[in-house]
Amino acid sequence: MARKAKRTSNPPSVLPFEQPIEDVRSRLLELEELAEQTTHDLSEELSFYRERLKRLTQEVYSNLSPWNRVQVARHPKRPLTGDYVEYLCQEFVELHGDGQFGDDRAIVTGFATIRGHRVMVIGHRKGRNTKERLACHFGSAHPEGYRKALLKMQLAERMALPIVCFVNTPGAYPGVGAEERGQARAIAENIYKMFRIKVPIIALLIGDGGSGGALGIAIADRVAMLENSWYSVISPEGCASILWRSAEGKEKAADALKLTAESMLGLGLVDEIVDEPVGGAHAHPKQSMDLVGDFLDLQLTHLGQLPIDDLLANRYRKFRNIAQIEAKIEKQAQSNAQLKGQATPNPSPVVPGEPDSSGPVRRTPGSPRNRRRT
Amino acid sequence: MGWGRLRKKKDIPGGLWTKCKDCGALIYTKEFVQNMHVCPKCGFHHTVFGRRRIEITADPGTFAERFTDLRPTDRLDFVDTVSYAEKIEKAQEKTGQTDACIAGTCQIEGHDVVLAVLDFCFMGGSMGEVVGEKLALAIELAEELKQPIIIFSASGGARMHEGAISLMQMAKTCAALQKFAAAGGFSISIMTNPTTGGVTASFASVCDLMIGEPKALIGFAGPRVIQNTIQQDLPEGFQRSEFLLEKGQLDKIVSRPDMRAMIAQILRYTPRGRNHQSA
Ligand SMILES: [Zn+2]
Repeated sequence: MARKAKRTSNPPSVLPFEQPIEDVRSRLLELEELAEQTTHDLSEELSFYRERLKRLTQEVYSNLSPWNRVQVARHPKRPLTGDYVEYLCQEFVELHGDGQFGDDRAIVTGFATIRGHRVMVIGHRKGRNTKERLACHFGSAHPEGYRKALLKMQLAERMALPIVCFVNTPGAYPGVGAEERGQARAIAENIYKMFRIKVPIIALLIGDGGSGGALGIAIADRVAMLENSWYSVISPEGCASILWRSAEGKEKAADALKLTAESMLGLGLVDEIVDEPVGGAHAHPKQSMDLVGDFLDLQLTHLGQLPIDDLLANRYRKFRNIAQIEAKIEKQAQSNAQLKGQATPNPSPVVPGEPDSSGPVRRTPGSPRNRRRT
Repeated sequence: MGWGRLRKKKDIPGGLWTKCKDCGALIYTKEFVQNMHVCPKCGFHHTVFGRRRIEITADPGTFAERFTDLRPTDRLDFVDTVSYAEKIEKAQEKTGQTDACIAGTCQIEGHDVVLAVLDFCFMGGSMGEVVGEKLALAIELAEELKQPIIIFSASGGARMHEGAISLMQMAKTCAALQKFAAAGGFSISIMTNPTTGGVTASFASVCDLMIGEPKALIGFAGPRVIQNTIQQDLPEGFQRSEFLLEKGQLDKIVSRPDMRAMIAQILRYTPRGRNHQSA
C-alpha cells in the first residue's frame, strides 16, 4: 500500500507552525548583530529574547499535531541515513548490489564502526539535493534494494556482526519494474527471513516509516522511533486520497492513523522512543545524532550480551504477540503451554546476572512520560 | 478490467441471469454457480465469497471451522466518513462473518489440511488484527497437527482502519510461517483476484508454493497508484497471473475447477501425502 506524495517542489525549510519561532529567532539575530556594533549594553534584551525563543520553541513543540510531526519527519534539514553514517561512524565501507539485478541507490548498506562497535549498517537513502533525490526515488526502494539489504544481512550473520537499520521511506516504490521484479515478494522475504538472522538487529525509524517498505528492514530485536518520526500502514496522503478522496484529508488521516512515536509506543508496536532536542532534529542535528549514538551504543552493548537463541526467541515472540490485548495474550500463552505441556506459560528467558530482555533503561532528563515499553 | 468494479456493483447471483464482468455475456445463474463462478464463455474467474470458496475446495462435510471467537475491535477509534466500528458492523451483517478470514481443518480429496480463506466480500478481504491472528493460529494449528496449510487470498492488503496494528500483522504472519517451515511444515498460497498490498507483501508470498488463479490481479501497489506515480499507461496484462508467471513470480496458474485436484496432486509429494492411500 505504498502511495507516494506528489512533490511539486522542495518543502520550505521553515514549517508553517514554526513561523512564530522563526520570527523571534530573526529578531534575536538582529539584536546580536546590533550588540556587536554598539557600545550600549543590550544584555537584558538579549536574554529576554533568548528566553522567549526557548519557551516558544518548547511550547510549539509540545503541542505538535500528528500531521505536524509528519512535517518535521520530512523536514529538508533533518538528518538522513547518510548524515548518521557520516557523523556517528568512525568508518564506513559501503557495499553495493543485490548480486542478481542491480544496485538500488534507495538503500545503502555497508560495514561501519559506531562508537567502537563493528556493525552492518542498512538504511533507506533519500538524497539531499534534487539529483540525489531522483536517483534514490525519494527513499522508495525497488525489490533489488530489499534483496541487497537481505544479502548484506546474511553476510553480517556469517560474520557475526550486529545489524543497524535506519528506516526512512515513504513506502516501497510503486512502478512497473518494481512489480515485474517482485516487489511484494522481496519485502515478504525480508520480513520472513529477518526472524532467522542470528545476530542482534536494531531498527531505528528516523523520519518516514511508510508501510511494508519500512517493515522490510525493520524486523528487529529493538525497534525504536525518533520522537518526530512516523510509522504507519499507509502514508497520511495515501490514506486521505482513499478515504477522504482529497489530499486535504491528510491531517485527518494523520490523526486517525495514530502514526506518531508516542501512539506507536502506547499501542505496543515499537519498543522505545529516542528523544530529539526541543525544536526537532533539524534544529539541532548534532545533538540529535548524539542521542541516537547513545541509544545505539547502549543497545549494541546490551543485545550483544544476550545468548543468540534467546534473542531469536524474543524477536519471534515480540512480533507473534504484537499489540495483542492482555486477555488474548494469556489465552495464547495458555494454549501454547497446553500444546507443549509446559507448566508456566510464556516464560521470558532472563539470564542471571544480565540485564533482562526489556533492555537497559536509558535516562532521559526532563522526560516524565513513559518512553519505553514495559 | 479493474477490480474496483467488482466492489461497486453487487450483482451477486440472485437473479435468473448473471452478467460476466469481463466479456459481458449473460449466463444462466444456476450454470454460473455450478461452474464455480467462472464464465463459461470467456473463462473469467469472478470473486467468490469465503464460504463458497470452502464449499468448492473442501471435501463435502469435512470443514470444521476454528477460532470463531475472534472479533475485530476499533482500537484506534478510527473515523473517516463513518466510524470503523460501523463499517465492521455493516460488513458483518452483509457477510455473516466476524471478519475477513475463515479458517479450520478439512480434507481435500482425502488429504487432511488446515484451510484458511480470505473473504473479499468482508471489507475487501483486508488484513487487520483478527485476520492476522487467525492466520497465525491456523498456521500454528497446522504445525501442531503436522498438516499442510492451504491459504486462499483475495485481499486489497492491510486494513487502513487499524493503522500500524494491521502493518504488524504482516510481521506476525511471516513469523508464524517461518516457525512452521522450520518445523517441517508445508504451505501453499493461492492468490485469487485481487491479491495486493500487505497481503502479497507478507504471508501470501512466502509459502512453499505460490499459485494464481487465471487473470487474477496480483501485486504490491495497486494499478492506479502505479499509474499516478509513473504517469504512463500500464502494459497489457500487467500484474495479472499470466504476467507474474512469465516474470517468474508464480509457480503455477491453476483454474478454479481444477484447483482441488491440483492441490491433492501436489500434496501427494509431501512426506505425509506420499504415504496417503489416495482413491
Ligand atoms: Zn465472460
